[in-house]
Amino acid sequence: MSVLVDDDTRVVVQGITGGEGKFHTGQMIEYGTNVVAGAVPGRGGEEVHGVPVYDTVAGAVEAEDANASVVLVPPAFAADAMFEALGADIELVVAITEGVPTQDMARVKRRLDETDAYLIGPNCPGIITPGEAKLGILPGNIFADGNVGLVSRSGTLTYQVVDNLTQRGIGQTTAIGIGGDPIIGTSFIDALELFENDPETKAIAMCGEIGGEDEEAAAAYIDEHVETPVAGFIAGRTAPPGKRMGHAGAIVSGSGTGTARSKIDALNDAGVPVGDTPEEVAEHVEDFL
Amino acid sequence: MKLHEYQAKGVFADAGIPTPDSRLASDVEGVIAAAEEIGYPVAIKAQVQVGGRGKAGGIELVDDDEEARAAADRILGMDLKGYHVDRVLVEEAVEFTDELYVGVTMDRGEARPVAMVSTKGGVDIEAVAEETPEAIASEHVDPAFGMHSYQARKAVYDAGVDPALARDVSGVLTTLYRLWDERDGADAEINPLMVTADDEVIAADAVMNVDEDALFRQPELAEMEAEAASGDELERKADEYDFDYVRLSGNVGIIGNGAGLVMTTLDLVDYYGGEPANFLDVGGGAKAERIANALDMVFSDENVDSVVFNIFGGITRGDEVARGINEALEGFEEVPKPVVVRLAGTNWEEGMEILNEELVTVEETLESAVQRAVEYAQEVSQ
Repeated sequence: MSVLVDDDTRVVVQGITGGEGKFHTGQMIEYGTNVVAGAVPGRGGEEVHGVPVYDTVAGAVEAEDANASVVLVPPAFAADAMFEALGADIELVVAITEGVPTQDMARVKRRLDETDAYLIGPNCPGIITPGEAKLGILPGNIFADGNVGLVSRSGTLTYQVVDNLTQRGIGQTTAIGIGGDPIIGTSFIDALELFENDPETKAIAMCGEIGGEDEEAAAAYIDEHVETPVAGFIAGRTAPPGKRMGHAGAIVSGSGTGTARSKIDALNDAGVPVGDTPEEVAEHVEDFL
Repeated sequence: MKLHEYQAKGVFADAGIPTPDSRLASDVEGVIAAAEEIGYPVAIKAQVQVGGRGKAGGIELVDDDEEARAAADRILGMDLKGYHVDRVLVEEAVEFTDELYVGVTMDRGEARPVAMVSTKGGVDIEAVAEETPEAIASEHVDPAFGMHSYQARKAVYDAGVDPALARDVSGVLTTLYRLWDERDGADAEINPLMVTADDEVIAADAVMNVDEDALFRQPELAEMEAEAASGDELERKADEYDFDYVRLSGNVGIIGNGAGLVMTTLDLVDYYGGEPANFLDVGGGAKAERIANALDMVFSDENVDSVVFNIFGGITRGDEVARGINEALEGFEEVPKPVVVRLAGTNWEEGMEILNEELVTVEETLESAVQRAVEYAQEVSQ
């Protein structure tokens, strides 16, 4: 078992003919992902890595039964690509693109709320169910099949924690990088709900960072609804207020909201141990299993 | 990206929001000329992007040439919370009877814009929000429709604004929302919106923060960014190299890939008893040249006593990183400060083979790399 993606996921890559699109499509196929189509306006009829390209996502859905999309288009076109996927009844949209304007995302999120679809990202590494499918740019070789669900706001921090887990012989059901932007599709709560309902997920690792209040909301949700044990990590303890730490969403506001302290306290109050180092997160998870 | 006050006021005035008569000046004679054109009394306001300019001595109200000269002489060239003041705004002094607040921002949690009005203008609005949240009337806006006119009116009525002013204030809010929407604002704020004795409103300050990710479609604002670039020399250099860089006060230089991992590296430096000198994210897929630039960047900070390089490759490749480190360090006769390198992920083995271990210390784990860098920094600074 796993959440959102598995062997049966049929992927269309939006932007498959671009440099990033081509490269990561190759990597996804090599990993075993079922990439069935690409979608690029004006490029219908071409092939990339043997995958047929369609002019529209709707065309890819009709001809190839695609049910998930990976968005690898430049930021100026990313919101339109997400709207297109949602309009074509794609069930899972994974938006890798970094630098999507926030106001665009508010409109996308508004549209997303009208559908039953999941949107992961933007500005995220994607999602992987080890041994079955990866949708995105995560390095497949560090993951291993197992019982831990992982959800994280940051790409390379995800790799770090996964590596700490895998080195201990602890594999993952599914790992989801939800992205570091102020407005994202799938939240911590959405991911926690999915893992909670997955019988194979025996423990959850959750990596947050400064900015916003999603971790606090997740802590309240865990307290009420999650039986599966959760271990946490929060990046940005030393971040000064008012400075954007790389991610557009990672900023402690002047009034002190979004601090690491408030997130760590909220998680601890919900019974979630928070590691001081990524290694400690792996130790907590190991204790749960 | 934060516009200077004079830039934001220009944008607001062009859109039809009443603003005081003002001129920008960069020398004493310019200040006098501007003040005479506008007519005394005028306010002389330092154009630097720090909060609390008034308290820090960056704003002065003057009544004649003599006072203007003294104030201009003092403010121009002053160091205001670490920022050099090279321009001032000379502005008509407005006599007011009341101070309001209007603002538009994105509510992250709701993923919707929110328009706000308060009669408690002229003070730190975040403090008002904390102490008396009921004093701020807010309306969430459906991004599919934009702000309806009734919402602007409702916010004004809910805030308890004097009915005689309701029409003008809701007009200002409507314009402010339109600006925020069309110009990809992150925050747009007028605090205070001054009310004059004859019941007119005027924007005495102007704040406009623009979404940096949207500058590709805001060419006019992107040019302002170039103009606004001032302040810390190292942060300017980081802009040139296109790094996400934040300068901090410690002595352990930090370079990594990916915001979350770099933040974590900072936190670990602190955890193991060191003090981070900076946040530097080289981003994804960095090639050798960019890696070398990152080292140059961190070595430019004279506070740095050691450097920890932490790369977990996804789309970034260990061999490229190693080449960049070699390139940068082989250019020195002697490596200026000890460098600790930790490579993991894509092509890390290739990277380890390439890396010139005479020039750097290699550690296998994040934790051990940070500990080593902290030790070096402590040795160097002793």
